[in-house]
Amino acid sequence: MDVRLDDRDRELLDGAHGEAGSLAMRILVRMARAQGAAGLRDVTRAHIDGCLYHGRAGLDFARRMVDGGGRVAVPTTLNVASLDLLHPERYRGDPETARHARSLMDAYVELGCRPTWTCAPYQLPEARPALGEHVAWAESNAIVFANSVLGARTDRYGDFLDICAAITGRVPEAGLHLDEHRRGEIMFRVEGIGSGLLGDPVLYPLVGHVVGRASGSRVPVLVGLPGDASEDDLKALGAAAASSGSVALFHAVGLTPEAPTLDEALGGRPPLREETIGPERLRAAREELTTSRGERLTGVSLGTPHFSVEEFRGLLEALEGGRIHPDVECYVSTGRDVLAEVESRGWLAPIEAAGVRIVTDTCTYVTPIMPPGGVVMTNSGKWAYYAPGNLGIATVFGSLEECVRSALAGRVTVDEELWRG
Amino acid sequence: MAEGRALASGMAEGVLLVLREPLSFWGGMDPVTGEVVDAHHPQRGEVLSGRVVAMPSGRGSSSASSVLAEAIRTGTAPAALVLGEPDPIVALGSVVASELYGSACPVVVLDDAAYDLLRTGDRLRVTADEHGARVDMLA
Repeated sequence: MDVRLDDRDRELLDGAHGEAGSLAMRILVRMARAQGAAGLRDVTRAHIDGCLYHGRAGLDFARRMVDGGGRVAVPTTLNVASLDLLHPERYRGDPETARHARSLMDAYVELGCRPTWTCAPYQLPEARPALGEHVAWAESNAIVFANSVLGARTDRYGDFLDICAAITGRVPEAGLHLDEHRRGEIMFRVEGIGSGLLGDPVLYPLVGHVVGRASGSRVPVLVGLPGDASEDDLKALGAAAASSGSVALFHAVGLTPEAPTLDEALGGRPPLREETIGPERLRAAREELTTSRGERLTGVSLGTPHFSVEEFRGLLEALEGGRIHPDVECYVSTGRDVLAEVESRGWLAPIEAAGVRIVTDTCTYVTPIMPPGGVVMTNSGKWAYYAPGNLGIATVFGSLEECVRSALAGRVTVDEELWRG
Repeated sequence: MAEGRALASGMAEGVLLVLREPLSFWGGMDPVTGEVVDAHHPQRGEVLSGRVVAMPSGRGSSSASSVLAEAIRTGTAPAALVLGEPDPIVALGSVVASELYGSACPVVVLDDAAYDLLRTGDRLRVTADEHGARVDMLA
């Protein structure tokens, strides 16, 4: 049985709306077929990951869309790109790559996308989808956040399909757009954790790392997380789970909108499997995310996914008026809209005066900003997961306080008390 | 040998490499060398170029499509991909490369029983089109 198309889908396919629309629809239909989708459905928004430069193929594709008269049909935000347009001096890569990366950014803006350049579009009030809203979001941390924390519905879109969805306003009727794929499948009980770890935001990326490893692409259900977990906590959990695994949706009972009760999170069925996450598994996760032993430290990286306004507040407090050690490069990646808000609150000046370097529009783990060969501490499970392979940098995973204390001291400084519990 | 589902069309032959854990092409494979660079992957250092690569599922980043498309463009990609579970992000990289450059890397899904018979070193032919997919062992 082939994919069901409506009249407009067929017009697009036949080229009545231009060559870009036809290419977009051709790809959507092939993907719908690959996913076994019955048809296509409308989406109200899109978030594009394809603006990050990975080589000529991405640029060739974007140019093909521009040359074919492509224009987004729904409000569309852009993910991080390879360049920091506000702080161009941060880029240490080769100039030719930078030129292509810039052409790629320009192409997506030409297609009508908003130059938001953030991996955390959910931090932009006007870009946040509502509960039950169907959207086409790319970028694994944004996908898991939209599905889990907002209760919006997006499948795991990647480069290319994201812009096809934005141009047509359509996606395959498949995956996490459908109720049947949103039910929890594997149950994780977080238990036996001491009050220190339980009360620190470092809990969440570690739980996420464990859950991602153990879930693959299944939908995990978490029980036993603190009831006061913040959006930033859940952001960190999802981002880590989408790095160590393919988690695109998790339910946290009592915290996320589709999980008011365990029974509802599981869709009334028993879980396929139950696991416990205790202190040993969290300490093991911390070990997995730490590839350097010893005190040597050359950098600290915060803000993967992009730092929120609240996280900047926490950073300012943790700095306690101190100065970053001269041997340590301390970076915070964030979106330009969040940065403007932080600046208007008067927080940016003291943070920069302390020696913290701000990166916008991109992120320190996707583009050459930090020198290879160093040892970098981070509170991000996602950054720690990817940095060794992407950047040739050794990692030390720790809490925000540990990261800041280490940055001030110029060496890795661990809070033994925190890790006892 | 086995029939499967076609996620991306094409025909290819090559020597099989079975990845014991899922790999995200983005952050997991260097598109210039075709080498596995994911520091957490047990087969780090293996070269995927020209091999038929089997993996239990896709993983992680939604940028994987771009990296696969780029690897197909430069000729460092696997000859074909055999998956244990459907992965649209992987399939998309191949579909886009065939639109842009006319060169395809077939992507097929096998059921558990057939997937479990795959052994590194086997010489395979992978065929995938709109009607279905086949994986055949070559002598």
